[in-house]
Order: sequence, then structure tokens, then C-alpha cells
Amino acid sequence: MGTAELQGYASFFMSLFLVVMLYGYILHLYRSEKKGEKDYEKLGRIAIDDEIDSTPVNSSDPKSKENKE
Amino acid sequence: MQSNASLEYDYSVAKLFTYTTILFGFLGMLIGTLIASQLAFPELNYMFGEYGTFSRLRPLHTNIVIFGFTLSGVFATFYYVGQRVLKVSMAESPFLMTIGKIHFWLYFVGALVGVITLAMGFSASKEYAELEWPIDVVIVIVWVLWGVSIFGLIGIRREKALYISLWYYIACFLGIAMLYLFNNMEVPTYFVAGGIGSVMHSVSMYSGTNDALVQWWYGHNAVAFGFTVPIVAMVYYYLPKESGQAVYSYKLSLLSFWGLMFVYLWAGSHHLLWSTVPDWMQTMGSIFSVVLILPSWGSAINMLLTMKGEWNQLTENPLIKFMVLASTFYMLSTLEGPIQAIKSVNAIAHFTDWIPGHVHDGTLGWVSFMIMAALFHMAPRMFKREIFSKKLMETQFWLQTTAVVLYFTSMWIAGITQGMMWRAVDEYGNLMYSFIDTVTVLHPYYAIRALAGLLYLTGFVMFAYNMYKTITASKRLEEEPQFRSPMAA
Repeated sequence: MGTAELQGYASFFMSLFLVVMLYGYILHLYRSEKKGEKDYEKLGRIAIDDEIDSTPVNSSDPKSKENKE
Repeated sequence: MQSNASLEYDYSVAKLFTYTTILFGFLGMLIGTLIASQLAFPELNYMFGEYGTFSRLRPLHTNIVIFGFTLSGVFATFYYVGQRVLKVSMAESPFLMTIGKIHFWLYFVGALVGVITLAMGFSASKEYAELEWPIDVVIVIVWVLWGVSIFGLIGIRREKALYISLWYYIACFLGIAMLYLFNNMEVPTYFVAGGIGSVMHSVSMYSGTNDALVQWWYGHNAVAFGFTVPIVAMVYYYLPKESGQAVYSYKLSLLSFWGLMFVYLWAGSHHLLWSTVPDWMQTMGSIFSVVLILPSWGSAINMLLTMKGEWNQLTENPLIKFMVLASTFYMLSTLEGPIQAIKSVNAIAHFTDWIPGHVHDGTLGWVSFMIMAALFHMAPRMFKREIFSKKLMETQFWLQTTAVVLYFTSMWIAGITQGMMWRAVDEYGNLMYSFIDTVTVLHPYYAIRALAGLLYLTGFVMFAYNMYKTITASKRLEEEPQFRSPMAA
């Protein structure tokens, strides 16, 4: 098997691996939202509620409860 | 970071990059219009001696619109959006403020030197990577400074979650860093040859097919990470903010992001179809280009659905019009690209005018429209004045939309005509047309393209004037508008 052919197979299997990863990620997103562990849609509010003194949607303050997200 | 009651976002760096966006936008589009006219009327090549020829001006046009106009727009919007979605002001960190200012000034000087050296004829002779090695070094430093700003701001943020726009800005930063470094690996010949020749001159470290592969891996992904990723970052922030509607589906934005990251880097070899690169690599480039429709349309449809139930804003607010049209052109462009990447279509399309036609419905319709809309949105917030004229903005919109349509339709017809004429053979298998036959047939379409360029440039001058008057003479605002940007009739 020549180098070019080997590269071809490597590319195919890497693509396959990345496809599995991507679909796994989709499942992860929907599952964790269904189980109530995360609420991704509320993150959309970061853009429209972006005053410097408005409460963060997900606070970086370690004491905040929101930090568990 | 204790109390932030009196704290305000600091837009000093964003303002500086706003000015250069307008400056380089005008310069790049002016040269673009000139070279489009030169293709229709060749005598225009002889106006400024060696400095006015098509071959000297074309790299100037591409480099100024990519590294001058677009990158300035990316930096301006980052220094604005970055602070707001992280809920942290640059004024809180003297270090980041200093880095931001050095970032701007080094960028500006580097860009000016780049323009001058290209005009003088210094060129590395690789498309979109023509800048010679000393300027490449400056660009790398500028890029590292931007990285310090991005990750520095993230480091002091209040908002824990990184909004989707930031993901895209980070992808732009990492993607271009990798591409630029690898494609610009070059040997300065003066030092290797022991003081012979020009200090500026260099040769690529790669050769032959490998050089072509690295070049188009770079060339295509410069479009991906320079013209797509940061512009998606903009639309994900500015459309929701201007319309007051949160993005339709945040999950879809995440999926589209990873889909785009996964697929885009593999599509570059579609620039080398029917060439000497391995056949599997060409096929891979074609397939990945077609798959690319999914994440691209994922983002564009997400944007259009963000306007669900609020389509009345399209008629009331010209800024929404700009952004919706930009998203629509993004859809058109990302459907057209994959079609051109299909091997059989590419056999006709390659090397024809359909390719610049495709590039320009993306850059004029998507990239420029989005950048101008972003600057219009930021102006009342940064300068605390309402937008000078809604009427002027409306006129600009229709003038430039007409220009884009004229540009791509003329190039579609020209490109396909050209491709068919090059392939046509008589019953004995002889070519039916010589090159000059195609030039004669294409002349009217080249003239239409030049007219389109002139219309778009006129629209850009209107934009620049509207921005200038907004900054200097428009009515002052008492408080920052929450969503819709205020504008005088």
C-alpha cells in the first residue's frame, strides 16, 4: 500500500470518527436539556441583555448558584 | 471587580478599528472598481505607468479588502461585542487597554507598509498571501496581540458562559493563526544566498503540487476563517440585539459551529480539481464542499428564524434589511460554492468568471453588508449620537443590492459562456474558438461588472458619509438605545 492510499484510508476513518463525535454531541445537547441538567436556550439572552450592570445569565462569581451550570 | 455601578464599556479601540474599516473599505473597493473597468476597457491600464497595471493592482485590491477592510471590521466588532457579551469593560484592565492600542497601531502601520510594498511590486506570488516575509512577521505579532486581547477579556469576565459569537471569534483567531503560519513558511533568499538580491524577496518552503495543496488549503480556509466565521460571529450578536429577539435556537448555533469547524478545513482541495493532486483528495474536497451546505445553512436559517413573528421590522428598520439580506446572500453563496465544487460542474466553471462572480456575491452581499450593518449598529452606542440619515441608508441599501445582483448575474453568464466556448470542438475535434473570440463575447458583461462596482462604491461612499455625519453632527442621545438603533429620517 502506497503512502497516498494510506493517507486516503486515514482520511476516511478520521472522517467517520468525527461524524460519530458530531452526532454524539447532538445527542448530548438534547439529552442534557431533556434531563434538566442544562438550559442552552437561555444563553441566547446574553446578546440581548448585555448591559455591564445587568445580571449575568451564567455568573462567573464562584458563590453564585448559577455557577453550577 | 467589586461595584460596577459607574462602569461603562470602553470603545476607544473599537472606534479606531471602525475608522480603518471605512478607510480600507473605500480604498479596496475603489481599486476593485478600477481593475474591473480595466478588464472591460484595457486602455485604463496605462494611467499610472507600472503602478496602474491590472497585475500590480489586483493583489492590492484583494489584500486591502481582506486584511484591511474585513479584518478591521472583525477587530472593531470584537472589541465591541467581546466586552458586551462577557459583561466586562476594557477600562477595568489597563493592561488589556494597552495591548488593544498597541494591537491597533501595529496593525495600522503594518497594513500601510503592506499597501506600499504591494504597490511597489514586492510580492511573494501566492494568492492572498502576497505580502512579503517582513510584513508576515508583523502580521503574526498583530495576531498574537489580538489573542492576548481575546483571552485576556475572557479571563476577567463576569458572564461565565461564552456566547456563540465568541466561539466564532476564537475560531477565527485559531484558524487564521494556523493557516497563515503554515502557508507563509518561506525562505528569505538574501540571507541564504549570502547577501545576494533583495532583502524583501523570499521563496516558499514547499514546491510543486505540495505548494499548491498548502496554498489552497490556506486560500479556501482564509475564506472560511476570515470571511465566514467572524461574520457569522457578527450576525449572531447584531441581529438579535438590533431586533430584540434572542437567537431562534441556541442549540442549532452550537451544532452549526462544530459542523462548520469539522467540515470546512477539508474542502480546500476543490480548488485543485482536475490537477496533479491525488484523486481521492479531489473527491474528498468535492464531498466535503457539498456537506458544507448543512452547517452554513444551519446558521443562516437560524438567523432568518430569529426574525420569526417580527418580520415587520424588515420594512421599518433598514439595519434589519442589511442583516437579513446578508444572511440570504450567505445562503446563496454557500449553495453556489458546493455546486461549483462538483467535479463535472468544475470542469466548466474553473478559471472562468463564474468564480469571481461567486466570490463577490459572498463578499459584497454577505461580508460587506454585515460589516456595514455592524458599524451602523455600533455608531449610536459608541458615539452617543443617532444615525444621521435613514433615507441615505435606504438608498445605499438598494443601490448596493442592485450592484451585487448585476455583478453576479453578469459573471454567471460570462463564466458559463466562457467555459462552454473553451470546450467547444467542431466535427473534427478542433477547438472552435480562440481566446480572443471569448473576450469579444464577454466584453458587455465585463462592462456590466464595472458598472456594478461603481454602484457598490457609490453606496460605500454614502455609508462613509452617513457614518462621518453620525460621528460629528448628528443629534446627541441621552441614553443608550436598548435594541433598535435610533436614526433621523
